[in-house]
Amino acid sequence: MAIESPVAATEAGHVRLNFAKPNQEQIVLLITIVLLVVFGATLNGFATVSNLLNLLRSISILGILGLGMGLIVISRGIDLSEVAIMAGSWAIGLIEVQQGMPPWAAVLLALAVALVIGAINGLMVAFVEAPALFVTLAAGFVIYGLAFWFAPAWVVYAPKDEPVLLFLGAGRILGIPVPILVFAVAAIAMQLFLSRTSIGRFIYSQGDNPEAARLTGIPLRPLIVLEYVLVALLAWLAGLVWIGTTGSIQMAITQGTMIFDVVLVVVIGGISLVGGRGSVYSVVVGCVLIGTLLNAFTIMDVNSEVQNIIKGVVLLAAIVLDNWLHPRDEETARQGD
Amino acid sequence: MSMTMDSFTASVRRFSPRLLLSELLLKQWFEPVIPFTVMIGLWLYFALTIPDYASTQNMLSLLRLFAEFGFVALAMSFCLITGGIDLSVGAIFALCNFAALFFLLVLEWPVGVVIVATLAVGAALGSINGFLVGHLKTRPFLTTLVTLIILRASVNLLNTSYAQVFATNSVDSDAWDFLGVGSVLGIPINAATLFVVLLVCHIFLSRSRYGWHLTAIGASRKAARHAGIRVRLMLFFTYVLSGTLCAASGIFYAARQSSTDSTTGVGWEFQALTAVVLGGVSLAGGKGTVWRAMIGAIIIFLLINGLVRMGIPGYVTSAVTGMILLAAVGIDVKWAKNRGKAIQKIYVNPAFVALAPAPSVQRGSGSPFAQNDRLIHAQAIGVDQVEGPEDVILDRHDRLYGSTRDGNIIRFSGENFTTREIFAHIGGRPLGMQFDRDENLIVAVAGMGVYGVAPDGRVFKVTDETNRTWYKLNDDSRLRMADDLDIAPDGKIYFSDCTTRYEMTTNTLDILEARPNGRLVCYDPATKTTRTVINHFYFPNGVCASHDGRSLLIASTSLCKVFRYWLEGPKKGRTEVLIDELPGNPDNINRASDGTYWLALVGIRTPTFDLASRKPGFRLRMVKQVPADEWLAPALNHGCVLKFNEAGEALESWWDPTGISHSTLTSMREHKGYLYLGGLENNRIGRIKLDGVDDTWTGYDAYWGAKSRVTR
Repeated sequence: MAIESPVAATEAGHVRLNFAKPNQEQIVLLITIVLLVVFGATLNGFATVSNLLNLLRSISILGILGLGMGLIVISRGIDLSEVAIMAGSWAIGLIEVQQGMPPWAAVLLALAVALVIGAINGLMVAFVEAPALFVTLAAGFVIYGLAFWFAPAWVVYAPKDEPVLLFLGAGRILGIPVPILVFAVAAIAMQLFLSRTSIGRFIYSQGDNPEAARLTGIPLRPLIVLEYVLVALLAWLAGLVWIGTTGSIQMAITQGTMIFDVVLVVVIGGISLVGGRGSVYSVVVGCVLIGTLLNAFTIMDVNSEVQNIIKGVVLLAAIVLDNWLHPRDEETARQGD
Repeated sequence: MSMTMDSFTASVRRFSPRLLLSELLLKQWFEPVIPFTVMIGLWLYFALTIPDYASTQNMLSLLRLFAEFGFVALAMSFCLITGGIDLSVGAIFALCNFAALFFLLVLEWPVGVVIVATLAVGAALGSINGFLVGHLKTRPFLTTLVTLIILRASVNLLNTSYAQVFATNSVDSDAWDFLGVGSVLGIPINAATLFVVLLVCHIFLSRSRYGWHLTAIGASRKAARHAGIRVRLMLFFTYVLSGTLCAASGIFYAARQSSTDSTTGVGWEFQALTAVVLGGVSLAGGKGTVWRAMIGAIIIFLLINGLVRMGIPGYVTSAVTGMILLAAVGIDVKWAKNRGKAIQKIYVNPAFVALAPAPSVQRGSGSPFAQNDRLIHAQAIGVDQVEGPEDVILDRHDRLYGSTRDGNIIRFSGENFTTREIFAHIGGRPLGMQFDRDENLIVAVAGMGVYGVAPDGRVFKVTDETNRTWYKLNDDSRLRMADDLDIAPDGKIYFSDCTTRYEMTTNTLDILEARPNGRLVCYDPATKTTRTVINHFYFPNGVCASHDGRSLLIASTSLCKVFRYWLEGPKKGRTEVLIDELPGNPDNINRASDGTYWLALVGIRTPTFDLASRKPGFRLRMVKQVPADEWLAPALNHGCVLKFNEAGEALESWWDPTGISHSTLTSMREHKGYLYLGGLENNRIGRIKLDGVDDTWTGYDAYWGAKSRVTR
């Protein structure tokens, strides 16, 4: 039952919107619709097909990263190195392409780098039992330092005419930008994985109560390693889309606040930091809201520092709200919980 | 013999690195020693590789650079000790740096007001964190991470607006310049202030009620709340304190640099976190001192500063710091979890002991040790009314005393000892007893020391500590397990403290370890002083002053020997073996009426255990790998009473081979023609009639009265 309930609850939320007792996803969806209407009415050039497609495309990278972050937060972990994995693995991959490596090999190289980093994160959390927050925070710095050592450039450019590298980010299928499709496919796959496979249900039960999950015989440590590897895999995928969209990878994002956008997307959509709650639906809804805001900020030409302040306040509000909706037992909580 | 034994035992102790390590790990001061050594090593490395690094000039300028980071690390350590974290320290520092410059250069306030106002800004920013974490109970890590983003963005916005103003305005204030470049007693003003603040914080944290509250919250928030500590308020003020410390740092930085840019304080939260965890302030909370935080801060500061000087690019520094944090967090988690287990695993350090051959106890062999049934039909006194009377003794009025497990001295009196009363409650585990000249019952109490009971039942302390052995890591000044005692004619109380490494409940481990951990201690009532007479003795147990009062007989339970220690005469101060070969583990020794001695054997030696005592490696593997109740242990479950003469020759023995009524025989007393038997685990006191002995002889008379054989 413990395994079933969170999934069942969110699935019920999908099918039958219960407006008498709205859950967080529905509130966020409502806010998003209101914002879309308001921005559409007030901002010039907001409510155009091209802008909306642009909006969707711009959120797809955030969304793919959010799927990974959502997965790990559901399991009661967190991965603050996700953006660093994306940038670091692809910086190494692209620098090798510049040195003459075939693009397909570089893609595999970046994948291998990402998976190895993910596995190390997972091993540190699962076997050394170090708190995930500290491990991944430190990992972010290590990845940045090492990647910069291999690829000493703030911006590493991809070759201009390599469909292997660029299609996922720059291509279009039936007029729809491929990033949107990539996000959609990844989201559906993740939803199926989390709700239809036993491993997915194990992840929910781990997030609900790790100790109970361990006692029922779930191999918690390998599971944790798998989760961090999956996060790294999604980071790699997001990186591939990023390269196609911008034609390069920027190391500066590892130092910026992008990782907090990812956390924001996840938390605001209703994936509680206590774990075991929320679903892919939460990521999608959170993503659309944040994407709408970011798009509107861009149109209104808001200073990036002001954007950071607004996002910070929203995230703080989301954390307080989450804490209020899903209170955790802070008396027994430890650092990094 | 004594010299060989002492030098042998001393060398065994000296050359056991495992023993040293296990005792080192128990020391409070041992953990900070590691980061401290790293700190010194790092400094030496840079001093050797960078020219002029060790000059006073350079040291002072490093101190000036360090102090501001030191404040921030201190702020971080306070939050970690309460079980939280403050990642916004770097941003608060930067904002306070801006605020100080703004107040001074734009608002043109006087320096004093600027300082107070900036500290207030820091406290206010800290109170936001404190409110969120303390009252709204949000997660400290994510909450302060978000306030970090918000504050950092605010600083950047403000910087871009005021950078021009700051660059053109300047003040001419001596006080402000003093904050920036001044020195106190040759030490930079900011470092001097940091030192004073550290002292105050140390006293606050370790000596004040609120400091203890902070530590208690970090150690267990639930327990702290149940103890009535105002958790929310304390947490709130911790973050306010953190903000204020960052503000102090910001003021000094502003005074020194007089500028602000987008890199001020960037990454300091990460460096400060790495530093304090490296210093040994636990992530789990409840553990850490300000000094340990500073050791970590100095390491990180020296490292980053040194790498920059050596021209190492910033990204390498970043990677190195990250790896240090990963390693420090991993070690912190693993160490906190496994420290107790690790110490337990290596605490028992068995040593090689070659026991003398065991004489035969074969029934009918004609040997004085030969088994017989002479104790089977012993008269039982107080069955199920005494719990483990380790020692028994009788007073001048024929009343019988037993020292029991529940910390009492039980007294039996009347016809056939049917009247039972609790003579005194001492506590601990009372063991050996003896009457002094004034008829006070002097008792060796395991876990407490040596206590006395006056004839009216009043309990008084005789002694509970002795002089400390200066070169031992384990503090051996407390008496751990005073076992048996006797009183010399001059009134000095000699007692055995059978182990300095174990307790009453774990003393079989001492026999398994077979190291000279015990000692003979003397209390002199004339001077009221306690001194260790023989240090490093193999499990000293029974102690008995010889009939002539010139020597002490001491039983060694783990060596299965009886020793004689000379109190006077030509051999004064020497120890010699009196009985070399015993079939069992000796316990108490007492005087017999005919000028000989009684000796209790608490257990009988087995060939397996004798072999095991020659195999320390085997016993080491056993205690490490086998659960405790499966261990091969000395067979302390049946024994006998022996009689031996002044020359150490065994004369005869009394046995209960069934072990039913007297399974552990630890003591016996002769009194008016009867022998009374006590045992550590027995449920009774036994009594047998002795044939052909002086049936007016009593112990008290033998010591202090007409029956004394002391020759003067």
